[in-house]
Amino acid sequence: MLVSYNWLKEYVDLEGVTPDELADRITKSGIEVEGVESLNKGISGVVVGHVEACEQHPNADKLNVCKVNIGEDEPVQIICGAPNVAAGQKVAVAKVGAVLPGDFKIKKAKLRGEASHGMICSLEELGVDAKMVPKEFADGIYVLQEDAEVGSDALAALNLDDHILELGLTPNRADCLNMVGVAYEVSAVLEKQLNLPKPTLSETTESASDFISVNIDDLEDNPYYGAKVIRNIQVGPSPEWMQNRLIAAGIRPINNVVDITNYVLLEYGQPLHAFDYDRFGSKEILVRRAKDGEEIVTLDDEKRKLEAHHLVITNGSEPVAVAGVMGGADSEVSDTTTTVLLEAAYFNPSLVRQASKDLGLRSESSTRFEKGIDRNRVYEAANRAAQLLEELAGGEVLEGMVEEGPRYVDHYNVTVSGTRANKVLGTSIQTEDIHKIFKRLDFAYEVEEDVFNVEVPTRRPDITLEEDLIEEIGRIYGYDRIPTTLPEGSTTPGELNPAQKKRRLVRRYLQDSGLYQAITYSLTTEEKANRYHGLATEDQPAYVGVSMPMSEERAVLRRTILPQLLEVVQYNQNRQINDVAIFEVGSTYMTEESKLKNLPNEHQKLAGAFTGLWHSHPWQQEKKPVDFYVVKGVLDGLFEKLGLNDRIVYQQAKREGFHPGRTAILLLDGKQIGIVGQLHPADQKEWDIKETYLFELELDELFSADVPPVVYNALPRYPSISRDIALILDQDVQAGEVQAGIQAAGGDLLKQVSIFDLYEGEHMDEGKKSVAYSLTYYNPEKTLTDEDVEKVHHKVIDYVKDQFNATMRG
Amino acid sequence: MQERLMTLQGEAVEKIEKAGSLKELQDIRVEYLGKKGPITEVLKGMGKLPAEERPKMGQLANDVRDAITQKVETKQEKLEREALDAKLSSETIDVTLPGRPVRKGNAHPLTAVVEEIEDLFIGMGFSVAEGPEVETDYYNFEALNLPKNHPARDMQDSFFITEDILLRTQTSPVQARTMEKHEGRGPVKIISPGKVYRRDTDDATHSHQFMQIEGLYVDKNVRMSDLKGTLTLFAQKLFGAEREIRLRPSFFPFTEPSVEVDVSCFKCNGKGCSICKRTGWIEILGAGMVHPNVLEMAGFDSKEYTGFAFGMGPERIAMLKYGIDDIRHFYANDVRFLEQFKRA
Repeated sequence: MLVSYNWLKEYVDLEGVTPDELADRITKSGIEVEGVESLNKGISGVVVGHVEACEQHPNADKLNVCKVNIGEDEPVQIICGAPNVAAGQKVAVAKVGAVLPGDFKIKKAKLRGEASHGMICSLEELGVDAKMVPKEFADGIYVLQEDAEVGSDALAALNLDDHILELGLTPNRADCLNMVGVAYEVSAVLEKQLNLPKPTLSETTESASDFISVNIDDLEDNPYYGAKVIRNIQVGPSPEWMQNRLIAAGIRPINNVVDITNYVLLEYGQPLHAFDYDRFGSKEILVRRAKDGEEIVTLDDEKRKLEAHHLVITNGSEPVAVAGVMGGADSEVSDTTTTVLLEAAYFNPSLVRQASKDLGLRSESSTRFEKGIDRNRVYEAANRAAQLLEELAGGEVLEGMVEEGPRYVDHYNVTVSGTRANKVLGTSIQTEDIHKIFKRLDFAYEVEEDVFNVEVPTRRPDITLEEDLIEEIGRIYGYDRIPTTLPEGSTTPGELNPAQKKRRLVRRYLQDSGLYQAITYSLTTEEKANRYHGLATEDQPAYVGVSMPMSEERAVLRRTILPQLLEVVQYNQNRQINDVAIFEVGSTYMTEESKLKNLPNEHQKLAGAFTGLWHSHPWQQEKKPVDFYVVKGVLDGLFEKLGLNDRIVYQQAKREGFHPGRTAILLLDGKQIGIVGQLHPADQKEWDIKETYLFELELDELFSADVPPVVYNALPRYPSISRDIALILDQDVQAGEVQAGIQAAGGDLLKQVSIFDLYEGEHMDEGKKSVAYSLTYYNPEKTLTDEDVEKVHHKVIDYVKDQFNATMRG
Repeated sequence: MQERLMTLQGEAVEKIEKAGSLKELQDIRVEYLGKKGPITEVLKGMGKLPAEERPKMGQLANDVRDAITQKVETKQEKLEREALDAKLSSETIDVTLPGRPVRKGNAHPLTAVVEEIEDLFIGMGFSVAEGPEVETDYYNFEALNLPKNHPARDMQDSFFITEDILLRTQTSPVQARTMEKHEGRGPVKIISPGKVYRRDTDDATHSHQFMQIEGLYVDKNVRMSDLKGTLTLFAQKLFGAEREIRLRPSFFPFTEPSVEVDVSCFKCNGKGCSICKRTGWIEILGAGMVHPNVLEMAGFDSKEYTGFAFGMGPERIAMLKYGIDDIRHFYANDVRFLEQFKRA
């Protein structure tokens, strides 16, 4: 809502309150003023002039030589190129030495041999938005109305000395979508007297009901409809003061009839519609639901197809307006209109909202209906418009309002106690101060001790509960006067739950291991949602898509984080950042349902992507590119942190999108919980990135696994004995399996098995490899002897020879 | 004899002092103190002395021997130290060469901000509550006093999946869910961070996905002054001890009264600068007293219980704190961006 300071001044005493101060006061007590704009865009030295003579320039077809009286001793000569300049006009003249917007200084000039002492201005030259300039002045100078005083400051005549406050209204404060509502608010905030317009009408003896009848099909849809008839209208421009106010509020002046309906809309917040009575097509107004497929050509000359949930105004047969949204072209007021049928109604807000949404039509009117207008101001607004049509368009107002539905509805009451208000706010506001606050707000009330029974004015439908009144008390009292306290309630332990703790642990571990945390978008393309979900195997749960995506790029919820991390790798490598190690913890979404009825399954996953060098220390010739084992090492450490390292198994696997020989699924207690591997080289090429390794783990599974508490193991008291064995194995025998076999065969005495060498290639038979294991034996009870160890060690060797077709090397 | 001893000592000391290497010194030791050395010789001649002179002379010979030994040892230490110094000096390295790098990553700046806020409120007895990002219309809107067709729904254009399921537009549904779980018994003290989604076209200041962190405190006798006190503490911890807050009336469907909370500008201390747009204040939070309808819908008696709630955007806080100018940086994950938050 754009509020003219000058206009507001008519309703509330703003003496001594500058526009900026006013903005500050309003903002502090509830309505945010988003900006204060001066309509004077840096103008000085512009006065009202009277064009006394206007002749064509001797040397230029398109220029005129004007003699203009600007209130000085002699008229000045001004050369003007505007096509509409003429003798007898009152105009805005920028004198020599004047400054126009954009720091444009007016100097003496000579145009084709004729001296020019100033400039006659168009509205645009004075800083008015071209879209607001009345059509008749769009291509030329602005002609002021007769009564402008020659030599006076033109800014006042043009209302360019005004300031506009832009209110950022929250949906509950639709009452301030009009000047009267703003005046109530400002008067409460500033504690100043209100002085509102009171429409006075002189009506003819002829009755409007002889000209029109009003019928409403359903009072739920349309609780009140009133019509007035105004005759003998002369359509023409509206007075300058009205045009100026409309322009200031961002509405372009059209003609007096349209301008008056718009003016009352701004003043009272009541949308009105003026029909041309002679083109209405009947003497009957019928408000009903549209028939499916019924058509209307609206004011903007668009043919609109209506549906049964749209409310229309009809002339008994044809729709003439979509209720609250837009009128029809057939009955539009034109230059030749003489009788106006004025509509003032209250339509069901949700019907207006629906129709405006369906038809893609949002207007000043529909916005107000949707947000709620003052039900009890409809009648008064109609009279105000009729009064203005009488005064400014020469109209004759026929007697009476032809109406259906109750003109007024009852107020309702809300009760608030001072005790409760102080309890909620944490204040100690005195009862007498609450009296004052309600008086400032102009709320009627009865009071018993400190319990106020408030009659809520219909302009404030946002107030329905005690809390709403507590807010009114609080904001007028001033939130800056509320004390600062800390809660006095029972104390509670504040802590993270176990999963949250583990998530932080995981994040810290990965960060400290050298990975950066990424956060990517959950919405992705359908194609990406269908890739790299290596975890889900056969029974593929469906992905979840949004119903009206803004773009294909953000159409579907991710089932895996991996494509997003590949995008990050790609983004960085496109910017010459070749070494990337990142991880993300985030949700993925899946459903078993083909049509979503329940919420989808949200799984927290942990994913990582590695590419380029893992370690680089060039001057000491150290360089370690990322490979499968780098990633596995990071994961091993992670499982150790979670106490799960003994329960995780890496199992060679083939998965779409992954390198068929360099990929493993991870099993926790035999259950699949993750994948790790190299991005398939074909995919790598498609992404146009360097060799990349990925992992993704199901965090919910990892976090919910039962982990025993930490129990201290006694430090060794006796020496241990180590034995190394080098085994020649078939290529396809997995070192890990053999390691597990050794461990099993070694039993309790075998404390640890580790792999310390792998040899493939030269000096090896085709299809063979050598793996060397270091075995540590230890007995917590006593010092081991060589004999003790030999016995077990032989058993181990026999076992691996037998089980894995191994031979001892060397 | 005495003279002879003194001469020997003098000679030896001179030689020792001149000795330039450990080898030379060793030779000198053998020469004077060895079994065939002159002092031994002298001692051998002791038999020829009168008995009364023998002890005296014996003592003197021992003193000379000790003096020489002492000299040798001192010199030896000196030479050894010099040798070591020379060796170490030859081992000198260039300490300005770069060290072997240790890999280190760090948290995303949004996580850093969220954790800081979480920890702050955990310290005040709050716990962290989370909820689904895909939500029902009921929890995202209706339970928060936003019935269907409520005009305030326009404030949040949503990604709907079906008519009743959508990507949550705020973290507030977690409040509704948590309150329900408490079955009408307080206190409820939670802080709930998470991702939310709105139909905004991504640009420097808008993102279709962003984060929120909200707090909720429901108990008997929770007052708006407590909200003010709690948020003052929050602002001071997060932005510095001199911070003040200012409440401005506002509107949210789920709180009544509702306020916008401004924090005095941490850059200019309220004098006015480009960060606070010359106002001295920065809008950081939305807050208010929990709307009685919200309490009642979640099973709390709104006559007995009151509560406050507040919410803020970690992106906005991170942008203010670190001077980040484009919200899209948070989601592009440029390593050169991420690595700047090591200390965050």
